[in-house]
Amino acid sequence: MAPSTVRKTMTLGEGGLAFVFAATTLLCLVAAAKAQDAPFAFHAFLSAAASVAAVFLIFRGYFNRPAELPGEETEDGRINYNDGPLKFATIAAVFWGIAGFTVGLYIALELAYPWLNFDLPFLNFGRLRPLHTSAVIFAFGGNVLIATSFHVVQRTCRTRLAGHLAPWFVVLGYNFFIVIAGTGYLLGVTQSKEYAEPEWYADLWLTIVWVVYLLVFLATIIKRKEPHIYVANWFYLAFIVTIAVLHLGNNAALPISAFGSKSYVVWSGVQDAMFQWWYGHNAVGFFLTAGFLGIMYYYVPKRAERPVYSYRLSIVHFWALIFLYIWAGPHHLHYTSLPDWAQTLGMTFSIMLWMPSWGGMINGLMTLSGAWDKLRTDPVLRMLVVSVAFYGMSTFEGPMMSIKAVNSLSHYTDWTVGHVHSGALGWVGFVSFGAVYCLVPWLWNKKELYSLKAVNWHFWIATIGIVLYVSAMWVSGILQGLMWRAYTSLGFLEYSFIETVEAMHPFYAIRALGGALFVIGSLIMAWNVWKTVQSGEPAPVASRPVMQPAE
Amino acid sequence: MSIMAKHAILEKNSILLLIGILLVISVGGLVEIAPLFYLKSTIEKVEGMRPYTPLELAGRDIYVREGCYTCHSQQVRPLRDEVERYGHYSLAAESMYDHPFQWGSKRTGPDLSRVGGKYSDEWHVAHLKNPRAVVPQSIMPGYAFLANTELEPKGIAGRMQALQTIGVPYTDDQIKNAAKDLKVQATTDDPGAADLQGRYAKSTARDYDGNPSRVTEMDALVAYLQMLGTLVDLKLYNDKANLR
Repeated sequence: MAPSTVRKTMTLGEGGLAFVFAATTLLCLVAAAKAQDAPFAFHAFLSAAASVAAVFLIFRGYFNRPAELPGEETEDGRINYNDGPLKFATIAAVFWGIAGFTVGLYIALELAYPWLNFDLPFLNFGRLRPLHTSAVIFAFGGNVLIATSFHVVQRTCRTRLAGHLAPWFVVLGYNFFIVIAGTGYLLGVTQSKEYAEPEWYADLWLTIVWVVYLLVFLATIIKRKEPHIYVANWFYLAFIVTIAVLHLGNNAALPISAFGSKSYVVWSGVQDAMFQWWYGHNAVGFFLTAGFLGIMYYYVPKRAERPVYSYRLSIVHFWALIFLYIWAGPHHLHYTSLPDWAQTLGMTFSIMLWMPSWGGMINGLMTLSGAWDKLRTDPVLRMLVVSVAFYGMSTFEGPMMSIKAVNSLSHYTDWTVGHVHSGALGWVGFVSFGAVYCLVPWLWNKKELYSLKAVNWHFWIATIGIVLYVSAMWVSGILQGLMWRAYTSLGFLEYSFIETVEAMHPFYAIRALGGALFVIGSLIMAWNVWKTVQSGEPAPVASRPVMQPAE
Repeated sequence: MSIMAKHAILEKNSILLLIGILLVISVGGLVEIAPLFYLKSTIEKVEGMRPYTPLELAGRDIYVREGCYTCHSQQVRPLRDEVERYGHYSLAAESMYDHPFQWGSKRTGPDLSRVGGKYSDEWHVAHLKNPRAVVPQSIMPGYAFLANTELEPKGIAGRMQALQTIGVPYTDDQIKNAAKDLKVQATTDDPGAADLQGRYAKSTARDYDGNPSRVTEMDALVAYLQMLGTLVDLKLYNDKANLR
């Protein structure tokens, strides 16, 4: 191809965004000067620095790029996929995963050995717990979702990601949100809404990033070369849209000052509780389920080299799942001051939710029909399949725990924690690891992973870790629930509260051991990913991922 | 054309798919949340609820900041053992001024919704500073740093103002006297105590942290803990009144 004769000019997007970030730098410096509390000043400075970096990156990108923006096709006629942002998100996911799991291990140890709190504000359990949950859900899970969704949408639509700077804005902007949220927790900046702890300014920033994410994803679908939108993209779309709705509803808050970190949520008491668990349960339902089902619907068939088992089932369970999930929130509020009618609705829909959940599991597992033998030889596929099995298990356990009689025992205990972790470690963790193991050789153009043996070790160490974790929490949760309600023959409560705390100690130690194994597994993954990127054998040109039309 | 074939319409049009998703996910939330704002039976009528005093509010903000809700619930369920262990089951009205609510989801430590008045101030201070000095088996972190942190009175009026804007019935008089009331409530035998009690029924003014020379975050947190569950006289609460 002859050298381009187009004169190089800055696009409106590049110029405009550079201007916006320059203005943001000034605004942030003003905010830092006027800040009413130290954490806000710190965050304002961080934002100013990030804005400067953004301006620098935009100009560097402009000077380094050819006159013409990257087109739809490469010179040799392939689709010119935009994989830079998702490479970043993949590495970020591995990094945040290890960070989040390690903080989780640390707070598990704090519960077993409380001196580890060191009575320092930023090391105390109360501040580290949101750091752990946000790091694993939003930092690790979020980056996996952004990376895989950008990967899947390009491949299944057979088109380049929409936007020139927008995909980078999403990835970097999202990770900046994580930094603001995480450092905020350590400094005591929180609105105390579980899984929505970041304060108002972080929430506003996330809103902007999320809208751009939706636009990039949607615009890529709109310019697809395939007539049909592939099923994985329905799930990703539902995840992105619904998280936006939930985020806006639950985080409606009034800042005390435009230059201070503290705000008050506009909802109060019982309404706030309902908003919170409408959000909270659907963070599980849409962030940790719908999004990751999108992963399942692409990577499992791809890795197994089999078509998705049932197209019909995917339609039915998709609509049923997203319809029913939204109703399930009140099962977090059984026997509370929330009106009974809402609790009953929550329970009913939670039980019904079992069916579409298992619809997804069946569709995932049955996709292996005719390829089950691959489980023996391919540890990555094994990880993906076991994740779907964990999904099935925790989506049976969840509806069971939402039954009021069961919930009266399980609520407030470690059983809930165990349930969450069978889903989080087993389903979300394993499906993410599987996706990362698929993505890394594909994105960095390597023949295969550096070591499949290491994947095998990761798989077994992490699986043993999950089993230890979950079974320890089952025993401690049910034990504590039973101890709380135990009566002596004379009709007195048998145990004081502190006796039930004391009884938890051995299980907390076992849980920490399980968590440690999970961390070790993730370190093996990081090493394997690093080696693959660094030294893996390059993929022969012909065997680059084949652009197969979506089903 | 079967329904499954009709689905192709959505599969081929991203905007229709998006609208479909939005419609389907709206139903549950609308049905479960909207009525809570207008059904009168959602929050029962009780006597005695009032907004937090400035000191209690500051304490509550510290409770939120330190993530106490990650281990302590503030919601007693109407189950025999809970009512016996913690007291009367929680009423919706008792958290009506809570922005955000602090019902919690986990009891690594006991429920705190009715902890007010159960222990002395000295016990709370000693326990917060070093939990295992008071309860050897406790796994709670220590919060000795609260006793060394001065409580800044000047921001409190702004906080109450914000709460007033979103519906907490603070009077302008209460907001005007916020900084003064905060100091008064943390002082034993202060002449302003009568005024404070005039503005906030059932509020008690004393030096909560055992350090009369200054007002600390410990004063605020203990003041908050000591008022939890004390506002509504549940002996007078008629739980049949709300039945229909």
